[in-house]
Amino acid sequence: MSATESLVLAAGSSGGSIQVPPVEYSSISPLLIVFGLAFVGILVEAFVSAPARRVVQPVLAFLGFAAAFVGTVLLHARRDTLVADALAIDGPTLFMQGTILLFGLLAVLLVAERRLESSGSALVASAAVTPGSAGSTAMQTSRHMQTEAYPLMAFSVAGMMLFVAANNLLLMFVALEILSLPLYLLAGLARRRRLLSQEAAMKYFLLGAFSSAFFLYGLAFIYGYAGSVQLGEIADAAATAGKSDTFLYLGVGLLGVGFFFKIGAAPFHSWTPDVYQGSPTPVTAFMAAATKVAAFGALLRVFYVAFGGLRWDWRPVLWGVAILTMVVGAVLALTQRDIKRMLAYSAIAHAGFLLVGMAGTNADGLSGSMFYLVTYGFTTIAAFAVVSLVRTGEGEASDLSQWQGLGRTSPVLAGIFAFLLLALAGIPLTSGFTGKFAVFQAAISGDATPLVVVALVCSAIAAFFYVRVIVLMFFSEPPTDGPVVVTRPSLTYAAVGVGAAVTLLLGVVPQPLLDLANTAATSGFVR
Amino acid sequence: MNPANYLILSGLLFAIGTVGVLTRRNAIVVFMCVELMLNACNLALVTFSRMNGNLEGQVIAFFVMVVAAAEVVIGLAIILTIFRTRRSASVDDVNLLKY
Repeated sequence: MSATESLVLAAGSSGGSIQVPPVEYSSISPLLIVFGLAFVGILVEAFVSAPARRVVQPVLAFLGFAAAFVGTVLLHARRDTLVADALAIDGPTLFMQGTILLFGLLAVLLVAERRLESSGSALVASAAVTPGSAGSTAMQTSRHMQTEAYPLMAFSVAGMMLFVAANNLLLMFVALEILSLPLYLLAGLARRRRLLSQEAAMKYFLLGAFSSAFFLYGLAFIYGYAGSVQLGEIADAAATAGKSDTFLYLGVGLLGVGFFFKIGAAPFHSWTPDVYQGSPTPVTAFMAAATKVAAFGALLRVFYVAFGGLRWDWRPVLWGVAILTMVVGAVLALTQRDIKRMLAYSAIAHAGFLLVGMAGTNADGLSGSMFYLVTYGFTTIAAFAVVSLVRTGEGEASDLSQWQGLGRTSPVLAGIFAFLLLALAGIPLTSGFTGKFAVFQAAISGDATPLVVVALVCSAIAAFFYVRVIVLMFFSEPPTDGPVVVTRPSLTYAAVGVGAAVTLLLGVVPQPLLDLANTAATSGFVR
Repeated sequence: MNPANYLILSGLLFAIGTVGVLTRRNAIVVFMCVELMLNACNLALVTFSRMNGNLEGQVIAFFVMVVAAAEVVIGLAIILTIFRTRRSASVDDVNLLKY
């Protein structure tokens, strides 16, 4: 009998007809709500008039994310694998899904903002109009807005929720694409500085597609090694000796490249500053906060569940990547003159700090990372929201020199921004300190003390450039033609308020959220 | 025929794709190189499916094709808008975001 015939027979003997797996709809209701929201959003695009869409879409998105968040809270005690073990609903999954939905809610507030300037929103009126062509200047002040952004955001959030829940590498790959593809488009939708925005979209797309190819090749090698893409079965195969380890190590390495790209870890970080700077600020805030949660959720799941037995092999690599990421993020942020680029390099440094927590390879590292992701996300969204409030005639005042003396002209906003920067630097009484404390403590208990020393040095370097901005705002003379701070009460102020309040609250009373993260992490990942 | 040969071919295709992404100038060609990498993955998946004696890898290859098609839609849309703006699809020309 030839090999082909035996293959067909093997497939035929295992049942003949394909078994339909049972689907536990109640347990995946948050996912279904967000996917449903995305499809309803597309139908709204088709059937509702443009002025009405500008109201209907954000309300719909907000209610949908809120409903999904309530669903996640109601499910909090579920620990199960679903749909033929393709999805894992466990503590970390639900914690991260809830976090992603909260960030989605804040991002909807930022995207729905229409009062920053007379022209309306931060998103382009019509992405298809070529910048510089006849009518493109009219587009800048048009009341219209590309409301497709809301369904795109819903798809992206759904992809992120699926990414952290996926218990199987194939589903993880599909989720990675569902979360990335809408983000590529959203990056290109800025109303002002269209050329930068389009450039950001193209760079993000080409590099993102490049990295997902690496992820997929890693998947192929893991499949070749284990004969399955289920995380649990990969772990079992890796525990039994006697197979060629070449495929396994190739697979782990290539998968790692895909993940490190998504979290923006060095040496795969080069897209981060360009994309953060060029994208519309609400979108930057969303992807800085939510994508990081999703990517870390999946990274932790794969490396704890599937490759947990190999931790002594991947730990040194992780150490190297963590150190490089922290150093690159902290040092290159020193040289930045654009505020969004500076925050992007700060995001890279924070990815490094998160990797320090993961390098502890224990349950504390898991809960610490989850706590850190919440604190970092709220602070970052608020910081980017502040950036979108400081404007000149040409849009946002992104250049740092334009921020000179802002503390004298508008002390409240500059004070809030200074507080957020201190939180990013990790000063006590802010959430940044408790978050860093949680991950560093986990790393020390996991025998990664040298890594923590490097992290502390990098924190000190990073503190320098945060404080430099504060000094610039409060201790220098405002220029005569300085930027205008939007003072009208608006949705952006609501987002800033929520972000700053959470930053303060988690700095003063972190215990409830720490307990929640611990409860979610102690039960660990289900297989 | 020894299935390892197909793996070597897949590795070669993947390497050609990677080098192409890193060296080519035209965004469309860069994107085609990414597609070549995805197809190298498909070849590897199908080969491993044969070596492992189960059909999972072949099913995954179908998923990859669908994902690649979705990626083409997004990618060409982005490259098209940037070409209409700049009259060029060269990745060296998009250099406003730096430092």
